[in-house]
Amino acid sequence: MQFHLSREDKIFNWINIVVVGIITLLILYPLLFVVFASLSDPRQIFDNALLLWPRGFTLEGYKRVFDNPDIWMGFKNAVIYTVLGTAVNVIMTTLAAYPLSRRDFRGRNVITILFTFTMFFSGGLIPTYLVNQHLGIINTMWVMILPGAVSVYNMIIMRTYFQQNIPLELEESAFIDGATDMQLLLKVVLPLSTPIIAVMMMFYGVGRWNGYFDAMIYLSDRELFPLQLILREILVQNQMGDAANQAMMNSNQSEVNMIKQSIKYAVVVVSSIPVLIFYPIVSKYFEKGIMIGAIKG
Amino acid sequence: MESSLHKKQHLKPKRKSIMKQKWLYFMMLLPLTSLIIWNYIPMYGIIISFKDYSPAFGIMDSPWVGFAHFERFFNAFYFWDVIINTLRISLYSLLVGIPLPIILALMFNELRSKKYKSLTQTISYIPNFISIVIVVGMVTFFTSPVDGVINTVIEYFGGTPIDFIGSAKLFPHVFVWSGIWQTVGWGTLIYTAAMSGIPQDQYEAAYLEGATRMQCIRHITIPAIMPTIVICAILATGSVMSVGFEKVLLMQNDANLATSEVLSTYMYKSGILNAEYSFSAAVGLFNNLINFIVLYLVNKFAQKFSETSLW
Repeated sequence: MQFHLSREDKIFNWINIVVVGIITLLILYPLLFVVFASLSDPRQIFDNALLLWPRGFTLEGYKRVFDNPDIWMGFKNAVIYTVLGTAVNVIMTTLAAYPLSRRDFRGRNVITILFTFTMFFSGGLIPTYLVNQHLGIINTMWVMILPGAVSVYNMIIMRTYFQQNIPLELEESAFIDGATDMQLLLKVVLPLSTPIIAVMMMFYGVGRWNGYFDAMIYLSDRELFPLQLILREILVQNQMGDAANQAMMNSNQSEVNMIKQSIKYAVVVVSSIPVLIFYPIVSKYFEKGIMIGAIKG
Repeated sequence: MESSLHKKQHLKPKRKSIMKQKWLYFMMLLPLTSLIIWNYIPMYGIIISFKDYSPAFGIMDSPWVGFAHFERFFNAFYFWDVIINTLRISLYSLLVGIPLPIILALMFNELRSKKYKSLTQTISYIPNFISIVIVVGMVTFFTSPVDGVINTVIEYFGGTPIDFIGSAKLFPHVFVWSGIWQTVGWGTLIYTAAMSGIPQDQYEAAYLEGATRMQCIRHITIPAIMPTIVICAILATGSVMSVGFEKVLLMQNDANLATSEVLSTYMYKSGILNAEYSFSAAVGLFNNLINFIVLYLVNKFAQKFSETSLW
């Protein structure tokens, strides 16, 4: 659309550009601040709280983070839970979404209602806890992987994607060739569904990686703690474990606080790296893949 | 016309027998099992809120106590405090959290430079992917009365430092606005997608008739995304009692407890920490019922006053 803009519209345009720019900076700055602070000498942050670039460049905070065995352990556990959990999520969601996307699937309406009802009503925290207790998976890695296999919201998005993006003719010709429904899913539907699978992996993966609450109520064995629980100790409860302590033996209190602070900044960056690596790969699919599904859903 | 008719016939083939669709049922097997175990069996477990559950007896054989747990909860001296805290935070979140993404999405939509638009959008989505633990950690960095950026700015303008996290009065603001920071960008996505479906010729026609940009927004864009707005608003109000529980729990401390103790944190403490399973399940059921009723009423309201509703 290339029109001659009136004066009023030009002013509107500029105001809009500037305001969006300011909002974006307000969203971005806290993230940049943490990255800069993690690379800065803690004393310098203390003196100039408004960082616009790293001051007194140092990797001391990162060194201490990597010296901390708890963080390594948490990282390893989080990777295991995220990879296995996301695999379970994506497989189960696909298995539910595909039949429900087929208009000729008998029982489709009843099963859809069974799924969607759980979006609006649930047993709640305690009854769910009791179920897991009964299954004997509390304080094992399975409680971090098996429950919550299908998010109904994601399932609806995926179902709608299948309905809108898989040409019926393709399915029909596969049937004529004698393919079963399973072969159809694996050989025709899935190869055409890369965007939605990528988005689902991102959604579920981020959820798994970022969650702390289930780990907090279900795990008591420290060896099983995922990274977010360790982060909670460091960031929210201000407990540093061994890593900070050795270095702090012969420092004064304000020195100790500064070291703690730089560990906090570095640990935030380290724990966000996996998400930030995947983000650009998947973000291009966001608008295309998912939202079409969400609206119609 | 003819070809579409032809298609329709294929679309609804003769009723297929269940055996013919055995693979489709086989696919549903695992997801349905998971749904039953982790969604429907817990619903059955709700009956412990009418019993005195003890692990030794199990759900079935624990003695019935009727509404005793509910009475205890309704008569507790903190009952109204907890309800008011929950409503304060959730209504505040809804009031700010529903309109802001819509406004931002409208602003994105009016950007003419594709590059600038996609850059600002992509940046605005990022915080959504950061964990709650980190967001709360960042809130403490930025609001620290000693070296936080916000207090440095306040001091620069001659104010006195404020302990945001340790203040019951400020807790709702800190909670809601840090949530806005995290979710406002991502919240625009659904509206952006809805706007991308508006035919361009509507805008062209409006332009030829001399409409300004503001008029286009009011008379074309907003009506077109109205169904999406209504659905999002209904869904948001349907969790009015739930609040961002995991975040409240992290931000809670003794100093702000007066406004930060909400239904769900209370339920968590009595249920998981004090092992009062039945009492806590009763509080949870109360919470769920209110949510469900609110959802139902808001949806009824939407049916009456707009064309869109959930069911």
